[in-house]
Order: sequence, then C-alpha cells, then structure tokens
Amino acid sequence: MMKKSNVIKVTKEEKRQLFQKNIKRDKYLILMFLPVAIYYLIFCYLPMTGLIMSFQEFKPGNGLAGIYTGEWVGLKWFQQFFESAFAWQLIRNTFLLSFYSLIFGFPIPIIFAVCITQIKNKHVQRSAQLITYLPYFISTVVVVGMMTNFLSPSTGIINQVIVKLGGEQINFMNSPDWFRRLYVISGSWQTFGFNSIIFVAAIMGISPDLYEAMRVDGANKRQQVWFLVLPMIKSTIILLLIMSLGNLLSVGFEKVYLMYNPSVYETADVISTYVYRQGIENKNFSFATAVGLFNSLVGFTIVSISNWFSRKFNETSIW
Amino acid sequence: MKSQIKSKKRFLNEFRNEVFGDKIFDICVWILILLAVCVTLYPFLYVISISISSGTAVSKGEVFLWPIGFELDTYKIVMKNKQLWTSYGNTFIYTVFGTFMNVVFTCIAAYPLSRKQFFLRKKLNFFIAFTMYFSGGLIPGYMVVTGLGLYNSRLAMIIPFLLSTYNVMICRSAMEAIPEDLFENASLEGANDFQILVKIAIPLIKPTLAVLTLYYAVARYNDFFNAMLYLGKTELQPLQMYLRKTLILASTDILKSAGATGAAAAAQSTLKIRYVCIVIATLPILAICPFLQKYLVKGTMLGAVKE
Repeated sequence: MMKKSNVIKVTKEEKRQLFQKNIKRDKYLILMFLPVAIYYLIFCYLPMTGLIMSFQEFKPGNGLAGIYTGEWVGLKWFQQFFESAFAWQLIRNTFLLSFYSLIFGFPIPIIFAVCITQIKNKHVQRSAQLITYLPYFISTVVVVGMMTNFLSPSTGIINQVIVKLGGEQINFMNSPDWFRRLYVISGSWQTFGFNSIIFVAAIMGISPDLYEAMRVDGANKRQQVWFLVLPMIKSTIILLLIMSLGNLLSVGFEKVYLMYNPSVYETADVISTYVYRQGIENKNFSFATAVGLFNSLVGFTIVSISNWFSRKFNETSIW
Repeated sequence: MKSQIKSKKRFLNEFRNEVFGDKIFDICVWILILLAVCVTLYPFLYVISISISSGTAVSKGEVFLWPIGFELDTYKIVMKNKQLWTSYGNTFIYTVFGTFMNVVFTCIAAYPLSRKQFFLRKKLNFFIAFTMYFSGGLIPGYMVVTGLGLYNSRLAMIIPFLLSTYNVMICRSAMEAIPEDLFENASLEGANDFQILVKIAIPLIKPTLAVLTLYYAVARYNDFFNAMLYLGKTELQPLQMYLRKTLILASTDILKSAGATGAAAAAQSTLKIRYVCIVIATLPILAICPFLQKYLVKGTMLGAVKE
C-alpha cells in the first residue's frame, strides 16, 4: 500500500518543485523564446480575439478597445452575408479559381519533371531547370503588369498578332470569360518550373539498377516512364495533391486584386477581395470580419480533412 | 530452317520498332522541354527587346522578338525619376532590415523548440503551429497593426511579419538533426544556450539558413499587399507599389515629370516606360537566381520531408 502511494501520488508541492527546477534549468531557452512568444501573442493571437467583432456592432473611433465593446448582434452579419446575392457568387468564384488552378497546374510540373530527367546532358538539364524557375521569383505585380500590357487591346502584342491574322481585338482584362483562364495560365507559367523541383528530386532518387533491369527485360523508354518512374513517384504525387487540396478555399488575395476590375467581378471577385472592399475600403468592419471568419472556418475544416487523409495515406502529416 | 529465319526477322523488326519508339519518345521529350523553355523566356525577351528598341518601331508594332533599332532614351527618362529611386531605396531598407529580423527571429524561435529536454517544447510547438491553420483574418489583423500606431510607419513593413511559422519548422528540423553530443559537450564546458545557438547551431545549419534567407528576402522584395494596407504616404512606399501605379494603373507620372509633350510621342513613350520599369525592377532578383540554384533544390526538399 505504502509503496503504491509513493509511486503514484505526486503532491502539489512536488509538482511545484519540479516546475521550478525545470524553469531554472531552461531559463535561457525561455528567455530566448520570450520575444517570439510576444510576437505571436500580439500579431497572431490578439487578432483571433478580434473575431468577436463578427458578433457585434463595431463602432469606429474607439481605437483598439472598440473591438471588444461593441453591442451584441448575434448572427446578424452572417445572416446578412448569406442572404445577399454575393454569397453564392463569391464562394463559387473562390472555389473555381483554385479548382481550375489545381486541375491544370498540378500535372504540368510532373510532366516537365519526367521530361527533364530523361535528358542525359547535365548542362542542358541544369539550364532548362534554371530558366523555368525564374518566373517563380518575380513579384505578382510584375506578372500582372506584363499580362496587362501584353493583352492590352491597343498596344499589346497578343492583340497585334490577332489583328495581323485577321481576327478581332479582344479586351482580355475586361472580359469575365477570360478572367479564370488568364489567372490559371499565368499561375501555371509562374510556378511550373519551381514546383517540378520536388518531382525531379524524387525521380533522381530512383536507383539506376531498376532502369537497367527494365531495359534488359526489353522495355522501351515509354514503358520505363509508365511502369517504373510514375509508380515510384506515386506517393510524392498523392501527398502533394492532398496538400494542395487543403488550400482549395484560400485563393491568394494579391493576384486577384491586381488583376480584377468591376467589369469582371462576376467571375473574379473572391471572398478575400470582398472582405478587403467591405472592411478596409467601406469600413464595415464587423460585417467583413464575419465574412472572413466564415472563410477561415471553411479553410480550417478543409485543411483538417486533407491532413487526416495524408496521415492515413502516408503516415506523413503536415501538422 | 524457315521458321528460324522468320523468328530472326521478327526479332529484328521488334528491335527496330523499339529503337524507333525510343527515338519518337526522345523527340517528344525535347519538344516539350524546348516549348517550356521558350514559353518561359519569351515574355522576358520581349520585354527587354521593347525596352531597348527604337520608339518608332515600338509604336508601329514591329517588335515581336528581337529588338529593332537601339535607343536608351527611355532608360534615361526613367532613371531620372526621383520617385523610382525613393521607392527603390524603401524596398532596399525593408528587404535588408526585414530579412535580418526574420532570420534572427526564426533562429531564436527554432532553437528552443529543437531542444529535446526543454519542458515547454510540446506546448510551444502547438502554440506556433496552430497559427498556420487558423488566424483572425484580415480585418482584426489590420486593426491590431493600426491600433498600435504603425499606420504610415516604416515599422509596419517589418514588425508585423517577424517570422513565418513554416520556416521556423524547417529551421527546427535542421537543428534537431545536429548530433546531441555537440550540445552536451558545450553545456558541460559551461556554455549557455545563447552561446550554443550562435557558436554551434547556426554554423552547422548554414545551408538551411541560406535557403530561408533567400525565401524571406524574395518575399520582402516582392511584398505589395502589406504596403498597400499600411503605407498611405508615397514617400514610404516600396517599389512594388510604384510598379503597380505605372504598370497596371497606367499612370503617366514619369512622363509628366520628364516634361515630354505631344500626344503621339507620349503614347509610345508610356508603353516603353512600362517595359523599362519591368526590366529595372526585375533585374536584381533575377540576377541572384543563378547563384542560388544549388540551394533551391535543397530548399524545396526541406519543406517536403518533414519528420
């Protein structure tokens, strides 16, 4: 009896002592982490408490404290959002933009990686890779700027070519039909080279013996790719696919904001740009916070689900 | 005898088909790669060509690939523009100080989290990881930053973004890979954690830090959104804000400040000015890329292989 109680029962006093001992031992680590903790508290956790605004009527002019002293209005802002004509359009646009980006953007890096690893000349391989990385490092402003100028109805090269070929000028940047295509194509252009790096590394990791064995068995190159390379990088592909599915409802604000204008809102306006206009431009802080909270919650759910899948699939998770 | 010849023939045929098939495959591979390289390079080449071609060729729409004529007047006009240099200087300040703070904070966040005996390790890991999946969103974040009085202050470009949680995790993994003996020996000899971090951990993870520095620096250089949110004063705005005004909103400020007259001359110069701006703004970042290629490959692998 006595022995048992000795082992299991840790008195409050002992716990306190252990805690003090730990603090004393790790005091430098705690000291080192302190600035980081303060940063997270102020710029990550303090804004989270600000979400309370989405259930209140925020009164501007009260400064920071105003965030917490508004009048309670329950779910008024959420109701207002879902009853408005915009809700469905915004959700649809947000989802479709990332969905199309995924469908068209995902396979290209894989195909490119397979091609580039087939080349035996190291110099060609390295330069082709280097060139295709470049766009990844250019700012969104420059990419959208180039696009705007190339596609300009009067001076853009694309329209000059169309006119020379006898076609009619297209006002690309003001056409709702073109917005998604332009968004997806420019996105692929910017990222395919960089995104292929990981697949190239996976393919390079395949043992040369396996190729040799297949060649001896009489397989040609096409068969090598189909029956050896693709199966070997399957797990990388699936993992990355699951991870990108997690981002399905988080379209980058910047690019849409830079590309769109009121004439293409019908296909271009996404939740984050709507939140920006409502909140920062129109100062409807409470309403915008509510819409943002809805977006965060959906995003959080999708990431959790995709993370659960990736854990199941690969015992690798992104948590 | 006959069947033997037949089988030999069939074998030869198969062999020929196989070689033929491989040839076609190779050709397809080369075509795809060539296509990828051309598609990537063409916009850059076109921008450069326009920026140095003669004004008349540009306005007639004759330039499609290579420059026609040679004229650097537009470069001179743009270079004389004060606002360009102010915004360039601002970007330089934000990039250098911002990246420095980023790297320092990433290290002091990652080191405690990588020490296995640290009793708060698990809790703090969750404390930072949670922010990757949930955040207050745009408006509350904006109100906190402006509420702290950072609106229209250079600090607004640096302090609210001291680190990226994802990069802290990468840095932490790199530090966890350092053999434990090194730390034990150092602490037996009386070194405290700050000394161990500076003298042992940081030198050993230099390649990882190089990649993270690159990522931070590129993000700082390209940052547009935060400048738009927090910097209303033109003299504080970075290069990207300036570029947006010239490239996308098609502002003609540069031309006006250069005192050019005549509608036609103005039209073609505005066009050239935009392309010159793209060249000037993109050159620094593209120029460093070739030197960083070997780190890049390592960098993406870091992100992919985590625990």
